[in-house]
Amino acid sequence: MNDTHAPLLELRNLTTMFPTRRGEVRAVEAVNLTLRKGQILGLVGESGCGKSTVLLSILGLIAKPGRVDKGQVLLEGRDITHLSGGEMRRIRGREIAMIFQDPLSTLNPAFHVGEQIRESLRLHHMMLGPPWPLDRAKKAREKKRVIEVMQEVGIPAPEARYKAYPHQFSGGMQQRALIAIGLACQPKVLLADEPTTALDVTIQAQIVALMRRINQEHHTAIILVTHDLGLAAEFCDHIAVMYAGRIVEIGPTDQVIEEPRHPYTAGLLRCIPHVGERRAIEPIPGNVPDLADLPPGCAFSLRCDSARPVCNEGFFRLQPASADAVKRGEGGHWARCLRLTDYQMPALED
Amino acid sequence: MRLVKVIERLLAAIPIMLGVAVIVFVFMRMTPGDPVDIMMGQGGTVSEGEVERLRSEFNLDKPIHVQLGLFLSDLARGDLGNSFTKQQPVASLIGERLPATIELAFGSLFIGLLIAFPIGILSAVKQNSLLDRLSMGAAFLGISMPSFWLGIILILIFSVKLHWLPVQGRIDYDAGLQTVTGLYMLDSILTGNGPALISSLKHLILPSIALGSAVAAIVARVLRSSLLEILRSDYVKLARAKGAGETTVVMKHAVRNALIPTVTVVGLQVGVLLGGNMIVETVFSWPGLGRLVVEAIFNRDFPLVQGAVMVYAFIFVAANLVVDVLYTYLNPKIEM
Ligand SMILES: Nc1ncnc2c1ncn2[C@@H]1O[C@H](COP(=O)(O)OP(=O)(O)O)[C@@H](O)[C@H]1O
Ligand SMILES: [Mg+2]
Repeated sequence: MNDTHAPLLELRNLTTMFPTRRGEVRAVEAVNLTLRKGQILGLVGESGCGKSTVLLSILGLIAKPGRVDKGQVLLEGRDITHLSGGEMRRIRGREIAMIFQDPLSTLNPAFHVGEQIRESLRLHHMMLGPPWPLDRAKKAREKKRVIEVMQEVGIPAPEARYKAYPHQFSGGMQQRALIAIGLACQPKVLLADEPTTALDVTIQAQIVALMRRINQEHHTAIILVTHDLGLAAEFCDHIAVMYAGRIVEIGPTDQVIEEPRHPYTAGLLRCIPHVGERRAIEPIPGNVPDLADLPPGCAFSLRCDSARPVCNEGFFRLQPASADAVKRGEGGHWARCLRLTDYQMPALED
Repeated sequence: MRLVKVIERLLAAIPIMLGVAVIVFVFMRMTPGDPVDIMMGQGGTVSEGEVERLRSEFNLDKPIHVQLGLFLSDLARGDLGNSFTKQQPVASLIGERLPATIELAFGSLFIGLLIAFPIGILSAVKQNSLLDRLSMGAAFLGISMPSFWLGIILILIFSVKLHWLPVQGRIDYDAGLQTVTGLYMLDSILTGNGPALISSLKHLILPSIALGSAVAAIVARVLRSSLLEILRSDYVKLARAKGAGETTVVMKHAVRNALIPTVTVVGLQVGVLLGGNMIVETVFSWPGLGRLVVEAIFNRDFPLVQGAVMVYAFIFVAANLVVDVLYTYLNPKIEM
């Protein structure tokens, strides 16, 4: 039964693991996320903390021997975690599309860009009409739609560029082409895995503007994965901060940015350079811990300057971080830190 | 555009062929053993005068640079000269034998690719499976096993023991095939001669397996390893994220790109097949160019060796050219 009030996409207790030589690695552990129609959610964290794994788990694309071990992915209230291959394929690209970090390596070097966009339409039979032998007409409809999408994502002269190969595009154009592939079937959810990381700053801004326009015009919900909290702050309605496979802080963007309640979020904020400000950026000391060898208790305790011995004992739940925190999973501001009650964030100014 | 480049490359092959011919010309004359002595040794007692007469007929009594000049001026007129031992034009001798070699090369290539593609693809898709391990083990055997040895084993099993396939030759004597191109299977089809087609196919199978198994092994390994890399690539991930099924992902997105390195290797193998199968031709009494050349070398039949070597050089250049042309179709980043 589809619940009409259900959120568009919901992750419940999602846990994904990879068996490795050094034991099982839980790249994603007990992640709960809610995405509503038209919403933009930022998933932020240093590299290696499990962001891409969350996105691939949603699409059921975790490479074997890795697997989604526990939890569920619900699309409009329907559990899609254990669908058959064919059923899952109907969702990929049609309901939930994904765009990747490195556009050049993500486009197939051997095919025309236009054909790669058209393939999305063909895989999902988007331009059905009278059946064979009129499939010439179908191809024409598909091409028309491809040109339309290319235009929409801002590829100039799309007719001429239909038959271009990926290497003939600039980085920004390649990313636009990837977005066009994602948008071709008008998905409800767009998963964007560091879509601007490989691009120049000016191009980054263009791509972000494009995604915002898509979000506004089609009400496409977006999960933006990024290691750049500044970008997420600017672009997203909600932000979830991940560390070592877990969500350590989640909430509406302004609350998370203005009142970070987890020391890791605060640390990430201190890493953002501000134009015109003299304040030195302070890197977080140390590195992301080895997921196969996590400390007991809080995984961030090793790098936390206000850690206490109790931080390595027991298990910490997400706790309400502000007075108006509402029911779990339904918004509000939450953080996973032992000192949430007595902890005072150091002021950013000094 | 492509055509112009192809013609340019073919013209560029001419100096290569000439260079090879000159080198062979010089080396043949520097190796011990005199063609006339060898011929006379076979012919029994002969007079001094007869020997002198043959020497001058073959121009062997002239200084080497004069001989070379004569050879090159003949060549410029398109004349490869006459064979010493067979008293026939080199061009027609080669023309008689080349189709047999070509037919065997393509038979081997066909069998090689027929085995290599399914095995290469399946063992990449099911990496580390039993099938993968078995076929890579077999590929290792296929590469290290000498083809003549495999040929002998095949003859012992399928001809001597089972009597399924003929031991030697290209076709049964009573097939009554009219040659058109010299490629017997093609000629059988062209002349509508069913029994000849079956007979020539039967003769072709064993030597093709003997030669083709190494091709299969080499190509399967290249295909597998490039597919393994490609299957981990971002564009394969994207294909899956678009909703493509595994068959489309592998056969369209991955294999298409894996063909690029594979074609290079196949092209090299075609050169090897056309040039280096004297031993298998001998095992199967296959009347190809390889056996002709070996015989010519033993007889110090200079013009025949020179002509054959030029043909080999041309084959290698042409095989490389075909690879390069295919490349431009397979890899859009490359132009000729
Ligand atoms: N295919 C895999 N096999 C084994 N471990 C993996 C695999 N993919 C990801 N991981 C583990 O999951 C962790 C998180 O990876 P990833 O989701 O790519 O992080 P992010 O996208 O945040 O940089 C990695 O540090 C790695 O340990
Ligand atoms: Mg990532």
